[in-house]
Amino acid sequence: MATEFHNLQELRHSASLVTKVFIQRDYSEGTVCRFQTKFPSELDNRIERTLLEETVKTLNSYYAEAEKIGGQSYLEGCLACATAYIIFLCMETRYEKVLRKISGYIQEQNEKIYAPRGLLITDPIERGMRVLEISLFEDRGSGGSSPSSSMSSGSSAR
Amino acid sequence: MHLGVSESMRECEYSQISTRSSTPMETPYKKRTPKKRKWEAFPGRNKFYCDGRIMMAKQTGVFYLTLVLILVTCGLFFTFDCPYLAQQLTPIIPVIGGVLFLFVLGTLLRTSFSDPGVLPRATSDEAADLERQIDVANGSTGYRPPPRTKEVVINGQTVKLKYCFTCKIFRPPRASHCSLCDNCVERFDHHCPWVGNCVGRRNYRFFYMFILSLSFLTIFIFAFVITHIILSSHRNGFLKALKDSPVVVCFFSVWSIVGLSGFHTYLISSNQTTNEDIKGSWSSKRGKDNYNPYSHGNIFTNCCAALCGPLPPSLIDRRGFVQSDTPQLASPTNGITMYGATQSQQSHMCDQDQCIQSTKFVLQAAATPLLQQQSSEPVILTASPENGVSLPGRTSLALGGPCTSLPLGQPTPPTSTPSLSCHEATDIHPLQEPVAHHHFLTPEEVPSPPGMLHCGSPLGHSHTVQAGFYNPASQDSLHEDSVRGLVKLSSV
Repeated sequence: MATEFHNLQELRHSASLVTKVFIQRDYSEGTVCRFQTKFPSELDNRIERTLLEETVKTLNSYYAEAEKIGGQSYLEGCLACATAYIIFLCMETRYEKVLRKISGYIQEQNEKIYAPRGLLITDPIERGMRVLEISLFEDRGSGGSSPSSSMSSGSSAR
Repeated sequence: MHLGVSESMRECEYSQISTRSSTPMETPYKKRTPKKRKWEAFPGRNKFYCDGRIMMAKQTGVFYLTLVLILVTCGLFFTFDCPYLAQQLTPIIPVIGGVLFLFVLGTLLRTSFSDPGVLPRATSDEAADLERQIDVANGSTGYRPPPRTKEVVINGQTVKLKYCFTCKIFRPPRASHCSLCDNCVERFDHHCPWVGNCVGRRNYRFFYMFILSLSFLTIFIFAFVITHIILSSHRNGFLKALKDSPVVVCFFSVWSIVGLSGFHTYLISSNQTTNEDIKGSWSSKRGKDNYNPYSHGNIFTNCCAALCGPLPPSLIDRRGFVQSDTPQLASPTNGITMYGATQSQQSHMCDQDQCIQSTKFVLQAAATPLLQQQSSEPVILTASPENGVSLPGRTSLALGGPCTSLPLGQPTPPTSTPSLSCHEATDIHPLQEPVAHHHFLTPEEVPSPPGMLHCGSPLGHSHTVQAGFYNPASQDSLHEDSVRGLVKLSSV
């Protein structure tokens, strides 16, 4: 997305990509889109646990709202069926509306919380909803200092 | 491999040195090409039309047959039977017939042309991250390929998630890899040649509405054709009336289509896919406690969920433009970065390049035990972070020190792995379990070899696995690369 690339470019002027942390999907409740709330150890001294968990929980609630089977989705489904699904050509589905809300939320979180800490969250839709990708950046100005995060084997996305 | 920003140019050069691939040839080629849409670089075996708006399987011959059959049957009905019936009975008959016909055509085209729920392949970083986790969890016993299953408990049932070697992901529950389209599809039902596409999460409801409305249409046509014959045989004679009607086609299709609709109605009401039903995944015959964890409990909710549930958008973004300048990490496992290349890269990697790299990795793996005796290991270490930080002691690594005492033998030629790439393709046949998976152990079962973790040389790496795990993991990953190299060689 254009706006995200803009953020990345800005970060890249003064920082460089060190590593990426992937938060995998949590399938314990079926095929509903949920991400694991387990805190990856690479981010231990980059961000507070509660902040990241809060972000992931909010994202999970958004996805649950998008995939909720209830009155509105039934109405949408029946209407679409009655019009031989032609209505999908002109109308945006509820899912798409929620996805737009999610990207807005992620962008806001990036600007307020993550970018100041040298992190960047990639919208899961750009990774096919497989993972929640968090890119770790390091200030290039700090020269030869080794970044605090390393590819720890300890963090397993189980 | 990446263009645009000067930073990424530096990354590109750095990667060129470390991977020794044919990227010098790729870079100028990439500069010349205009911006491509993602569908043009799509790795699966699909056909795209209308600049990515329409997506179908590779073999579309039977789909055209379906279209022809429907059009011809309805055409004959409207031409020969409707005028008579409209006159004799009521003009509503052709109207209803017309509405049904349009609905059938609409749902057929919707099923055939839409994305069934294809899961995009993992980016190289994701694949590398997964590989790293698997290698480490595996304990790196080495020569047997690492097991690739994960177990998840869903609503009290244990479900095994399989790793897809083509897409480099752990497949979500109910997803399956279609060998005809070479894609992983969410909630994979089956690949339908009649509609020329896979039937999955995103187009199952269209498929069901198609076969349901087609059943109504065929029954409707059949009934009124019989009526026409009966009515006109009073006047003209039975045989002449029969000659003018499209009875034969209708007769056979009625039973097969109605049967299929009945079958799918059963599947929807029990919230199963064709795949699961054929395999008997949730059949009570498998065990007393075996039940379908995805079912909502009652038939009505299951039906509503399948037909009126929310429609997720396509995950593959066919009409977006290929972003060739997203930052990527040069991972320690060079092989993964090369083979798990992103869509944009893959489109430029010709078979010859892959062949060259495969050979290189095989040679590397073979040469590694010899190199280990010496002090430096340039193959493993050149994959460093691209922030320009020079690794302390990169060339003078005392790898030869404590680590040569590790009990690592020669990498044996992979005898069983070449079957991996072949068996992935057979996943479409639900009855045939991929043979290669039978002798896979879950990561927990594989015993970790003693003494592997005692390599205590303080490697000041910023970007690789922890020092204690480093050598065995990378050694094994290199072995993995050689394995993959041989697999690729065999497939190229």
